[in-house]
Amino acid sequence: MIERQKEIVKAPGNPENGIETVIQITSLKKTFGNQEVLKNVSLELKDKENLVILGKSGSGKSVLIKCIVKLLDFDGGSIKVLQQDMSHLNMEELYTIRQKIGFLFQSGALYDSMTVRENLEFPLRRVKKGLTEKEIEDRVAEVLTNVGLKDVLNKMPSELSGGMKKRISLARTLMVNPMIMLYDEPTTGLDPVTSAEISLLINEVQARYKTSSIIITHDIKCARSTANRIIMLKDGEIFKNGKLEEFENSDDPFVKSFFV
Amino acid sequence: MKNRSPAMKVIPRLMVTREPYIKLAERTIAKTKVLNQFLTTAAEVFLFIIRVIRNTFSSGFEFKEFLHQCFKIGYKTLPLISITGTIMGLVLTIQSRPVLIDFGAVSLLPGMVAVSLIREMGPVITALICAGKIGSGIGAELGSMKVTEQIDAMEVSSTNPIKFLVVTRILASVLMIPVLILYADTLGIFGSWAGANIKGDVSLVLFFSQAFSHVEFIDFLPAVVKSVFFGAVIGFVGCYKGYHAGRGTESVGLAANSAVVLSSLLIIIVDMIAVQLTDML
Repeated sequence: MIERQKEIVKAPGNPENGIETVIQITSLKKTFGNQEVLKNVSLELKDKENLVILGKSGSGKSVLIKCIVKLLDFDGGSIKVLQQDMSHLNMEELYTIRQKIGFLFQSGALYDSMTVRENLEFPLRRVKKGLTEKEIEDRVAEVLTNVGLKDVLNKMPSELSGGMKKRISLARTLMVNPMIMLYDEPTTGLDPVTSAEISLLINEVQARYKTSSIIITHDIKCARSTANRIIMLKDGEIFKNGKLEEFENSDDPFVKSFFV
Repeated sequence: MKNRSPAMKVIPRLMVTREPYIKLAERTIAKTKVLNQFLTTAAEVFLFIIRVIRNTFSSGFEFKEFLHQCFKIGYKTLPLISITGTIMGLVLTIQSRPVLIDFGAVSLLPGMVAVSLIREMGPVITALICAGKIGSGIGAELGSMKVTEQIDAMEVSSTNPIKFLVVTRILASVLMIPVLILYADTLGIFGSWAGANIKGDVSLVLFFSQAFSHVEFIDFLPAVVKSVFFGAVIGFVGCYKGYHAGRGTESVGLAANSAVVLSSLLIIIVDMIAVQLTDML
């Protein structure tokens, strides 16, 4: 375990080499009632880049990624995913683009009434119709191995630990080979060892599946081990955008409060 | 001045001079808020109905999930319905028998029990029990899925949750609740036969033949039709309440609770309308 932690390396993505912009957000605005949660947020996610979005609770981080997959409608601005404008898609087009996005929810969001096997098979059976039982079984086994789990196929989600739930949830998103991964607080509620394992897993997924990722977190260890670039949100606005080193060396009290 | 009421903010000058106007304004604002909330809920219900109807008739019906829900709603409710159905007939017989003996009409007992069970007691009592078991189950299940982001996860994985979760449950309720009601009616007549045999001796064949000699097709038809509506009410209210549950865990209990209360109330209202319509025929 300790050896594996030591192996945690920086994600292999290299934004300088990445030419294509997979997500482009321009002047995004989102309000809930009178509260303006996102104010004029603009950012880009480059191909095979790990972008960490940091910020205090309530700064609009989760709202931002829910707007990207249109779980929430936004009030202004535009979001382009793989060069498609999300505000102009019909339901069918939206479902097609969502097949290219994997979303790891904060709670894991495993389906309670299904076993681990059924949870993993669920997206695959719906998205890639016509696969044989053997193909599905092989895919389940492959993905489970990739997230470092075995012998849990017939367990119910309630029988799994927090870390295992996160791994299974990640495995479920990987079943359909997404191009983009959105992680909503992947290490929240986990012990430091499991958090480090999940951070390692994020890097492994990025390397193996060649994904571009947005990682929402306020866990600095996770940010340090996964980020190619960091964006810090404060009160619904981008406060700072840069490399990890720029954040580490910043004199700004707000930035420092995260990187102590 | 810090904790000013909405009316005071709107009409600060009147606040100083004319107290009754402020009270009137406050009442108006409060009523406007209630009206606003009512209209918002009405619009939400209307949109939900439209979405359900549209998804029911669009392509790609979730047949496997529908069968699974039929099993859950129908088969898993059988023990409860068996007990209540039998007791319903038994109690009705024990209570009515002395009165019928007083009037010298004890031979009408099987027919009276059959007609009252089939036309009214069977459908309403079974539907109310189903509202408690099935309605609360659907409300709690969907509410819990909403709170733990499972519905969002489904949507993100390109599955239409209305089609997969809501339409299947409503249609399964519409199909299975009339079946459960007919089953409860049958067991109720068995229970009635058992009740009649506590202080008498009637053969099962004779009891059933007497019971069904008083029952006509017109007794069955309105009962079955209203059972379909009861099923729709239970399924729809359970799904609506669960699907629109809030974000906290408390909302799961609230969704289950309000699903039972509202569907029970609507069952009584639908029954009243059905009785009026049947009476006119």
